[in-house]
Amino acid sequence: MKLKSLITPYLGFIYLFFYIPIIVLIVYSFNNAQYSLLWHGFTWQWYSELFIDTDLWIAAYHSLALGIAAATLATMIGTLASVSIYRYRFLGRPILNALVFILILSPEIVIGVSLITLFTICNVPLGFISLLLSHTSFCIPFVIVTLYSRLVSFDKNIFEAAKDLGANDRLILTRIILPLLWQALLASWLLSFTLSLDDVIISYFVAGPEFEILPLKIYSMVRSGIKPEINALCTVLFAITFILVGLSQLALRKKA
Amino acid sequence: MKSDDGFKYFSLSLIWFWFFLFALLPFSLIVIASFMGHSENHLLEPSFTLINYQQLNHPIYIRIFEKSFLIAGLSTLLCLLLGYPFAYCIARIQSRWKNLLILLVIIPFWTSSLIRSYALIAIIKAKGILNSFLLTLGIIHQPLSILFTNDAVIIGLVYNLLPFMILPIITNVERLDDRLIDAAHDLGANKLTTFRKIILPLTLPGIIAGSIMVFLPAMTLFYISDILGGAKSMLLGNLIQNQFLIAQNWPLGSAASIVLTLILATLILIYVWSTRGNKKRVGFKL
Amino acid sequence: MNELANVVELHGVYKAIYDHDILHDIHLEVREGEFLTLLGPSGCGKTTLLRLISGFEEPTQGSILIDHKNVVGLPPHRRHVHTVFQSYALFPHMTVFENVAFGLRCQQVPRQEIHTRVMDVLKMVKLEKYPERKPHQLSGGQQQRVAIARAAVNRPRVLLLDEPLSSLDYRLRKTMQIELKQLQRTMGITFIFVTHDQEEALSMSDRVVIMQEGTIEQIGTPREVYEEPRNLNVAKFIGEVNIFDGEIHYIGENKQATIHLLDKKRSAKTSRSFTPGEKIHVLIRPEDVRVWNQHEVNDTTDMFAGTVEEVTYKGTTVDLIVRLANNMTIAATEFFDEDDDRLEYKIGEQVWVSWTPGWEVLLPYEV
Repeated sequence: MKLKSLITPYLGFIYLFFYIPIIVLIVYSFNNAQYSLLWHGFTWQWYSELFIDTDLWIAAYHSLALGIAAATLATMIGTLASVSIYRYRFLGRPILNALVFILILSPEIVIGVSLITLFTICNVPLGFISLLLSHTSFCIPFVIVTLYSRLVSFDKNIFEAAKDLGANDRLILTRIILPLLWQALLASWLLSFTLSLDDVIISYFVAGPEFEILPLKIYSMVRSGIKPEINALCTVLFAITFILVGLSQLALRKKA
Repeated sequence: MKSDDGFKYFSLSLIWFWFFLFALLPFSLIVIASFMGHSENHLLEPSFTLINYQQLNHPIYIRIFEKSFLIAGLSTLLCLLLGYPFAYCIARIQSRWKNLLILLVIIPFWTSSLIRSYALIAIIKAKGILNSFLLTLGIIHQPLSILFTNDAVIIGLVYNLLPFMILPIITNVERLDDRLIDAAHDLGANKLTTFRKIILPLTLPGIIAGSIMVFLPAMTLFYISDILGGAKSMLLGNLIQNQFLIAQNWPLGSAASIVLTLILATLILIYVWSTRGNKKRVGFKL
Repeated sequence: MNELANVVELHGVYKAIYDHDILHDIHLEVREGEFLTLLGPSGCGKTTLLRLISGFEEPTQGSILIDHKNVVGLPPHRRHVHTVFQSYALFPHMTVFENVAFGLRCQQVPRQEIHTRVMDVLKMVKLEKYPERKPHQLSGGQQQRVAIARAAVNRPRVLLLDEPLSSLDYRLRKTMQIELKQLQRTMGITFIFVTHDQEEALSMSDRVVIMQEGTIEQIGTPREVYEEPRNLNVAKFIGEVNIFDGEIHYIGENKQATIHLLDKKRSAKTSRSFTPGEKIHVLIRPEDVRVWNQHEVNDTTDMFAGTVEEVTYKGTTVDLIVRLANNMTIAATEFFDEDDDRLEYKIGEQVWVSWTPGWEVLLPYEV
């Protein structure tokens, strides 16, 4: 009885906990003052400074290109992987299952460290290539999990029926699996894209000195102290992610 | 049949190739590297030695492990205390707002945790919002210096990882059969007993899953301790980062990574063991 | 029967998975145009047998002939047989039309022909008004019919149906049984139907194949397997049956025999060859047993004395359990006849039990 009336304020408190820092950030990005906490009036100044910061644009462009490439590659490989795991019985299948599970739970730092070791030993140039390979690799397990959980919701007999009626594996993939899966594919792509855009730890290790990407740029900016420009940048990025998440959830929620 | 087999072998080869090259191989290299030496000119020297693990046994490093454990543990505990009631309430909501409420939890989950940690700075710094708030209300008379302390790191970790605790518990609670609770009440149990004897044990898998999903990253998110804890804060993640990129002592860094992996593997095994009788597991299942 | 009319033949077929025998020495001939049912309890191998014919599994041994060609090793879609799955397995993202047309599209049949054939078969299953609907917009029975149409439109030699009715409720099941039978007659395609429901099998089939634990126990018309079961397994599986131990006393001509049963000699009929003195089982179906009141009969030489132990009124019938002189029980089912008011039985009542000689079945004694 008494407990029930506490629920709403409690829930509200937690939601505030989540969102206040973000709201504060957004608000201050429009604050007409460099360091003060007090409101000095609305301004677009920091956004315009953002706009002319070419370094940031380059980093942003790099992150975007990387994200799109990694998401696409990861989705393609992940699709083949999840479909194969679902449909075929093959030697080592439980190992692959376990591997996916392990990769998702692996600390990013161990992944980052192991990849830089690999790249150094194999003389892989540190830059777009090393980043692409790394980002694709850590996205693939998430794609697999997303797609697989969708695949198991299908009637298994559908594939046998298709085979019975004359479809080969390629046709089954294109005419049955992909059309049924397209929302999960979209959600996987968006998920991978977001993961790539936001990745700090792995990129920290495998990005070379020359290829600037946004998260690392922000990291170095943040370490050197608060600048209102950062607030503006963060607000923009937050807005983009917000939209992407919304899209991804919409895609997943639409009725099949 | 032939073309089908071709397609199948192509897919499987590609997958195995990728996983081998970018998951198994790198990790093996780290394991090997942890047993190697290093020098001025070479990052890794092919020689078998236990010196790295021996070095880690040194009090300095042990203290780092302990501190990381402690901070990760406290963060997990806080997430549990804050998150469990929240998750439980949300999971039991019947109205159509439920999906929206869950979405509102998921959204921060997807945004860059770097940005969100940065956002915390403005709140907890000496001239930050929290202090102004508390000062104005008269709850404190001097600003709390939270930033650049362990407390800041804990707050940062909890802030970032709370959704990881909440979501698995929600999934678990949603599967809770209401009739069990009704049966308990019917047989005379009061709310506390029902909670202790029925709800808590049944939601335990979710609690464990959530705890692991908080504890693992809490041990390794070095940028949070970097931003919020300052240069003084050296946790396991920072140690590894340091050894690899600054001290250039890759073998030592590898050894630390291996130890970290072993700790986490143990925790996961505990989780798997604890849910072995339970057919409905929480989390990813293939 | 004319061998040329066999559309499917199995010879010496075995199927084992990891040393576990699923099917054992199967010989089967399926005639063109017939409705054949594979009947048996769960795990008897009937579904496996179906899958061997359809091509989703391969036999460990033996040959499978479709239209006199050995198809072992041939993939499903090259066998000219199609399967209707228990769960229907309709493609959820395609319309009824697209579902039915799928097989034809895979074979690259020209569009105009696809359209004609699909609409024709939809008319046959009475779904011509719903080509644009998606599966989830149809009822269970309608989805069933789409699944059948999808398989049938490809003009297979045989249609294989794997327990297609088991997920339907009782009423719908009964309706679909009649519809399926009519459909089979209209299409003229050979149906091989799998079920564990013996009532369903008996009511729909031209012939029934009774299977148990990987072997075929008996093949025959519904009447044959019901009235002349080959062994105890078959007898017990189909319908209710009373089983007694007895002995052959004398075998005569014209299928006549005299048997020792429950301390009495009775006449019986059998087409098997027994030797006098041989131990046998005597089977009699409850509905063939007549129960008489003490006062109703005069000559009780061929009858057995008993006491009524249980009476169950079932609307159209009365089921009785009668305990006989030597402590055995016999089940009897009497049908209500409006003119007959004899059918009032009380527990403990003394009665006489008998049946018409020849209505029993004699089987060799099995341990």
